[in-house]
Amino acid sequence: MKLTVNGIVHEVDVEPEMPLLWVLRDILGLHGTKYGCGIAQCGACTVHVDGVAQKSCQIAVGDLWGPVTTIEGLGTPDAPHPVQAAWIEHQVAQCGYCQSGQVMAAAAFLAEVPTPTATQIDDALSGNLCRCGTYPRLRAAVATAAQKLSEG
Amino acid sequence: MSKAGKIARRSFLIGTAAVTGGFAVGYYAYRKPPANPLLDELAPGATALTPYVLIDATGVTLITPRADMGQGATSVQAALIAEELDLAWDAVRTDPGPPSAAYYNAAIVAEGMPFAATDAGWIAQGARSMGGALGKLMGLQITGGSSTVPDAYDRLRHAGATARAMLIGAAADRLGVAADRLRTRDGAVIAPDGTRLPYTDLAEAAAGITPSVPPLPKDPADWRYLGQPMQRLDIVAKSTGTARYGIDETQPGMVHATVRINPRIGGGVRGYDASAAQTMRGVLKIVPITGGAGAIADNTWRAFQAAAAIRFDWGPAPYPADTAALFDTIAGAFDPATRDSRLRDDGDVDAALARDADIEAEYRIPFLAHASLEPMTALAWLHDGRLEIRAGTQIPRFAVKTAARVSGLPQDAITLHALPMGGSFGRRLEDDFIAQAVELALAMEGTPVKLTWSREEDMTHDFPRPAAIARGRAKATDGQLRALDLSIATPSVGASQMGRLGMSSPGPDTAIVAGAWDQPFAIPDYRVTGYRAPETVPVSSWRSVGASGNGFFHECLLDEAIHAAGADPLAERLRLCTHAASAQVLETLGQMADWGSPMAPGRGRGLAFTLSFGVPSAQVVEVTATDAGIRIDRVFAVADVGRVLDPVNIENQMQGGVVWGLGHAIGAQLSYADGRPEQQNFDTYPAMRLYQCPPIIVRALETGAPIRGIGEPTVPPAAPALANAIFAATGQRIRTLPLAQSVDFV
Repeated sequence: MKLTVNGIVHEVDVEPEMPLLWVLRDILGLHGTKYGCGIAQCGACTVHVDGVAQKSCQIAVGDLWGPVTTIEGLGTPDAPHPVQAAWIEHQVAQCGYCQSGQVMAAAAFLAEVPTPTATQIDDALSGNLCRCGTYPRLRAAVATAAQKLSEG
Repeated sequence: MSKAGKIARRSFLIGTAAVTGGFAVGYYAYRKPPANPLLDELAPGATALTPYVLIDATGVTLITPRADMGQGATSVQAALIAEELDLAWDAVRTDPGPPSAAYYNAAIVAEGMPFAATDAGWIAQGARSMGGALGKLMGLQITGGSSTVPDAYDRLRHAGATARAMLIGAAADRLGVAADRLRTRDGAVIAPDGTRLPYTDLAEAAAGITPSVPPLPKDPADWRYLGQPMQRLDIVAKSTGTARYGIDETQPGMVHATVRINPRIGGGVRGYDASAAQTMRGVLKIVPITGGAGAIADNTWRAFQAAAAIRFDWGPAPYPADTAALFDTIAGAFDPATRDSRLRDDGDVDAALARDADIEAEYRIPFLAHASLEPMTALAWLHDGRLEIRAGTQIPRFAVKTAARVSGLPQDAITLHALPMGGSFGRRLEDDFIAQAVELALAMEGTPVKLTWSREEDMTHDFPRPAAIARGRAKATDGQLRALDLSIATPSVGASQMGRLGMSSPGPDTAIVAGAWDQPFAIPDYRVTGYRAPETVPVSSWRSVGASGNGFFHECLLDEAIHAAGADPLAERLRLCTHAASAQVLETLGQMADWGSPMAPGRGRGLAFTLSFGVPSAQVVEVTATDAGIRIDRVFAVADVGRVLDPVNIENQMQGGVVWGLGHAIGAQLSYADGRPEQQNFDTYPAMRLYQCPPIIVRALETGAPIRGIGEPTVPPAAPALANAIFAATGQRIRTLPLAQSVDFV
């Protein structure tokens, strides 16, 4: 079956019920998307499908309905997305394991809500767990990213 | 001239005189510097100047042997060396190095001695020295106990200074100028005429140099990096999805595996039927492993599916099967026969409380899982009589020993590459998952096998923070706290954990009473007694270990007693406080939180203080009782770490500790039924989420006391400060965690 990830079309020979998460990680070798719970509770596997944040552990690859963007496709160390740049500026990460999912959730949210309130930020990102407790810095980074994005 | 000049090249060059000088231990085995492990596998063209500085033609690599699980250990170790070695921060490269006795942790053993951190007497100091010596003799390479900074602070600065002095010596020889006319900057020695001699060009010659400049660390006033906000070395990778954790390991030809072990911990497996699993797509092998079976497949998901399809006949749990019965074993330990310690016994508590007490209360805390977001994972590869392991671990040398036991190979046939961890919180002080990866690799000789646990396996097979019960009594006279008697019963983390590592742990377990017996308060009649409950569910160290629960017990009881006295929680603690740094923490906190200012009806603030890991740490939590439940409005946190090495990381760690403490206090527990934990995933084991997280205003003080680590000390006060705030807002005393069993939260 075919899927488009970060602008590249891939042909994969897997069961249609295989979660997108594991296709990305084990078949396509895109390890930035993380496994944390497998039941849509932690958000470490968040990617964009058609620009909307989705938990890739819950998408059977056979049901995929649009092009996928992963953290690798959002930005790179040399050319980070504004959300990633804000994450770097605020030094959000501790262990960092949840941060791919946090960044992807924040990027999709800010694309939809460019000037969010604090409550909107909290609501949008509460599906993503951080066990290290980086929430205060994460909030500040989302606010900075929103400002940078709205300045164009 | 220091002793450094006399030490052979193979030896441990770090200011040995300075490090050992204060110790009263004179025997040879201790004084003898451990061999430099970098010299065993030195690549052609590479030079090791001390066990911490490796230089080749491409640059300088700093060895950072304490494992990074998110607490910033790699960056802070690198900064300590880079500061002295004068490297450009953006050119710093790191490597965890091989597991080695040279990377022993002296601080963690020293702090395990049964003396309060505030005790600077000669017996306590002597015991700490002995403990440090023991850590060195045993070559204990362990990351934990907030010990990385206290252990590394002198040692790594000396390593950097020593390497720098050797490089200057080499440059002096080459240029024919006196060493004191040379300076260093950004990875090069600078000649008087401004010529730069890169370290990479000097390293080989430097290896044979006896420093003519005494390798003394800089005056902190001259620091470029330490004490300043620094960019974490891993921050770009962790913000762009390019950081590589154990779970992301790949090797050519690698296969994927997962395991299922009896959810009744230690219950064993009577048998299993893998016939369905064996024929599933991509499944390579179903193999028996200790306590269960492993599924090996061509990707992780297929391994998960296959493991789920195995039908097991599990044995019964070797401990009481449900939560109530487990708590009964703890309650049964309040008995003179199982008394473990009475490290504080001031005044005459029995006389003071003989007739009555103002407060008589029992508190309970649950078993808790570590539940790092990256589940347990390890790669093992048996080939050509050698075993290669790649895994995140806090105990690399123990893991090698375990791998040797499981594989039958000698330890020198085993290589362990330590990888960054997606959280740990103490979980990776265990090596059970590494042993399993080795078992799987033995069944797949020649093929690299990556083991990944499912979240369900991870939560079921955690070694949890033990449940505990505390019983307290207290009495006030004339508006002042007079007597406080606290008894704590819980299984011994030390015995459980050390037992699995094949070590005995004689004597009392200070973890049973840590964070309670050692608090800096002069209550006239004051007693803390530890009782050792039998080991049931195997337990281990969980962020802040014993203090994680004992802070709750001590500070809730103290709060109740102070209220009974009619005194103010802050003023009374300050009146009783015997430790200047702790008093300063409390005073600063009071100012930050505007303690005593009026609050609207339905609002309340609670205070708690715990000195743990040598760090006085206090918090004020403010709450509002809303129609939808308790809302945490704000938290103020103050801690004294002696000296701040990285203000950004300190803030992040302090806030993270508060989130950890509050999040678990609100809603988390492992309960047991049929011998197994009932919580399997984050749907039933809730962690704090963003919407629940209050603003957390932190301040780290630097009173000049011994430098300390901050990974753990902000955890213990969070839960009691919250419980005390709920009392202030509602009048309801909650003595059992998690709090959400007794009150709703927004």
